[in-house]
Amino acid sequence: MISGTSVWRGGVVLIASLLAMPVIVILGFLLVPAGEVWHHLVSTVLPDYVKNSLLLMLGVSIGVLILGVGSAWLTSMCRFPGSRLFEWSLLLPMAMPAYIIAYTYTGLFDFAGPAQSLLREWTGWSYGDYWFPEIRSLEGAAVMLSLVLFPYVYLLSRAAFLGQSLCVLDVSRTLGNGPWRTFFTVALPLARPAIVAGLSLALMETLADYGTVQYFGVATFTTGIFRTWFGLDSTAAAAQLSAVLLLFVFVLVVLERSSRRSARYHHTSQRHQVLRRYPLAGWRGAGAALFCFGILFFGFLLPAGQLLIWDVTTADERLDAQFLSLVWHSLELAGIASLLALALALFLGYGRRLHGNWAVQLAVRIAGMGYAVPGTVIAVGVMIPFAAFDNGLDAWMRSQFGLSTGLLLSGTLAALLFAYLVRFLAVSLQTVEAGLAKIRPSMDEVSRSMGTGGAETVRRVHVPMLKGSLVTALLLVFVDVLKELPATLILRPFNFNTLAVRAYELASDERLADASLASLTIVAVGIVPVILLSRSIGRSRHEQAT
Amino acid sequence: MRIGHLPLGLLLIVSLCLPPLGSAAEEEVNVYSARKENLIKPLLDRFTEETGIQVNLVTGKADALLKRLQSEGKNSPADLLITTDAGRLHRAKASGVTQATRLPGDDERMAGMFRDPEGHWYGLSLRARPILYVRDKVAPAELSTYEALADPQWKKRICIRSSDNIYNQSLVASMIAADGSEKVEAWAKGFVGNFARPPRGGDRDQIKAAAAGVCDIAIANTYYFAAMIDSKDQAQRAAAAKLRVFWPDQAGRGTHVNISGAAVTHSARNRDNAIRLIMFLLNDESQQWYADINGEYPVRPDIPVNPTLEGWGNFRMDTLNLDRLGELNPDAVRLMDRAGWK
Repeated sequence: MISGTSVWRGGVVLIASLLAMPVIVILGFLLVPAGEVWHHLVSTVLPDYVKNSLLLMLGVSIGVLILGVGSAWLTSMCRFPGSRLFEWSLLLPMAMPAYIIAYTYTGLFDFAGPAQSLLREWTGWSYGDYWFPEIRSLEGAAVMLSLVLFPYVYLLSRAAFLGQSLCVLDVSRTLGNGPWRTFFTVALPLARPAIVAGLSLALMETLADYGTVQYFGVATFTTGIFRTWFGLDSTAAAAQLSAVLLLFVFVLVVLERSSRRSARYHHTSQRHQVLRRYPLAGWRGAGAALFCFGILFFGFLLPAGQLLIWDVTTADERLDAQFLSLVWHSLELAGIASLLALALALFLGYGRRLHGNWAVQLAVRIAGMGYAVPGTVIAVGVMIPFAAFDNGLDAWMRSQFGLSTGLLLSGTLAALLFAYLVRFLAVSLQTVEAGLAKIRPSMDEVSRSMGTGGAETVRRVHVPMLKGSLVTALLLVFVDVLKELPATLILRPFNFNTLAVRAYELASDERLADASLASLTIVAVGIVPVILLSRSIGRSRHEQAT
Repeated sequence: MRIGHLPLGLLLIVSLCLPPLGSAAEEEVNVYSARKENLIKPLLDRFTEETGIQVNLVTGKADALLKRLQSEGKNSPADLLITTDAGRLHRAKASGVTQATRLPGDDERMAGMFRDPEGHWYGLSLRARPILYVRDKVAPAELSTYEALADPQWKKRICIRSSDNIYNQSLVASMIAADGSEKVEAWAKGFVGNFARPPRGGDRDQIKAAAAGVCDIAIANTYYFAAMIDSKDQAQRAAAAKLRVFWPDQAGRGTHVNISGAAVTHSARNRDNAIRLIMFLLNDESQQWYADINGEYPVRPDIPVNPTLEGWGNFRMDTLNLDRLGELNPDAVRLMDRAGWK
């Protein structure tokens, strides 16, 4: 008789294998000797790709840690003018796609843009007379990506800080630590798994970014992969570049796991009081407010404002039936993908928790690696096997029954959804696992000792505790799919466009003002889940207090 | 988050993944287009109006569409592939995803260099890649050929986009065809040394940069320049007004040109409709639309260009068979890498 355990384990391994298929297909190309093209790459551009990718990751790490952890601490533990507002509004940059913010800032701060033109008008200087930070550079790309990706760190850090037992912090204070020391020596280390999880998400997103680095002229792996695939027409060499990229990711993941090692981060006590927030007065309060406002301004208000201005003054786009169908398609896709991702993440997360063995551990880790693979790579890694399957099935059906089934999977939404799952499961998985990590195993034992079976334990004990994480996971994937570009471009079916595709096509045709309507819609639609998200976090904090 | 919602969710997913049930009797044609939707859809809509044939459209990068066609094989639903570069048309033919067709009626409506001799692809519109110079900073007498731009007098005065872009790759490919790899590599090193800044942005960005004083020369496609001259945005018009067009190499082989074109796929089930669409795109109205609205040169010599383009005067174009652009593309990309053209 097959036990529930082995069925679950089998299921986990099967799902992980399916999700790993695109990556395996890509890696399979490594067996094809690329030879000459690879040598060409190594001798000309590969060192640049490595150097730029490392520097970019370093820059983004610093950026998101300062922005994310700093703002998370301030809004969850302190009270200062506007802190209630910043709690939820600091998530707004998450609704802004990185390439859109890159185009917008370039339009604003580039040499020919309004900021520098104004400066030249006032001072009479001309090109070469003054120094102005070049927005289209590696540093610029790091800033853009930090502004857009810090919410991951912010969210997860905040969840961690809010979930901390007040008692622990109080104990720290009674032992003589001031608020700064408490932060650095007690709160921060306790929140480390969440912070590191958020950071690794942000870095994987950085490695996978294409639109921003391409527009800014920064040569990284993603631009290199596109170039080698298309320009040099060598799938094998492009796959080998992808493999090196995956190596970076693997290193990231290993570093993250080893930093946690066997440490346990369960809450030791469920006694929570309403978190008293340290009031910040005077210049401290003003400083905190300024810091948070600065992030909000540069991460959201300024770019959104510029887009609004462009839309109103110059754009050609009209709000018509065609545009509304764009909106509907985008919402539809994002909704379904996020539900599927959550379901899978729960299945995998619980599989690891309840029936974990080495195979399950490995499988779950592999299932989460798709996040760092660029959308294009995944898309082609999905397209090739799906088409092979379809053509194979068609050939078999033809020979057996004389029927032609044609293309069943490729060119349909199934292929696209599958690509989204491969890419974004990590987001759901990280969030769900971070939530599960807070539930002590002893709780399961207590529940079982009281006679409730596994499913009921889940329903009555886990779900209430996990609710915050579940909603977070849903919304993070929703917003990510809404913004996703390369895979959608390649795999979408006929007559199916999304907002992201429209915005990209117009912006890359240098019709930035016309792209503003679609961009604004992405941002506006993305704001709703973002706000719901922050409210649900705030609510769960109050619930835990009683 | 209730378990009960799962069946509903599954139903939704299944319903979306089913292929759309359209009436089989309805005439249609399926198009994979590398031309952006807003540039091609108006024409396709008019085609549907006139003929009643439904057009199903997917847009994307040319190479991604090509890979998709290749992997879909003979079951591919696409009937027509439209691209924005001759090199890509060549690549499509070389990878076997196109089929030979004959356009009914007058076959000589366009010059031979604008279509495949075996009928695998046909050009739809023409564009050139001239040298644009800033009026007050450069005298036309100083300019001659693309090759001359590697001279030291142009140090830090040239703006051009990245080597990632297909238009630059085709330009270099045309130079390799004319001068040979060695010479072009030496030229490229000098050319890259003359860049005012590392390449970034698209063609319009180069024009804007030149107008703002970053450089004195910009290399861009004619339709981008035309679009800026006729733009609704005052700032773009002002920028474009500072530059003039110079047609390189008029004494030699001529200015580099490229085409957007279409090819009927080998798996086409609606072959006749695809051919009808190509004919439609080559008729007077469509060619006029390309000229007036898109600022491109029509491939048919009997169609007049729009006033802006007319103002730039006639020019001799490089009569290199555009197929060669595709053949030499890999060499061009490698050469640009070795020369450090980012």
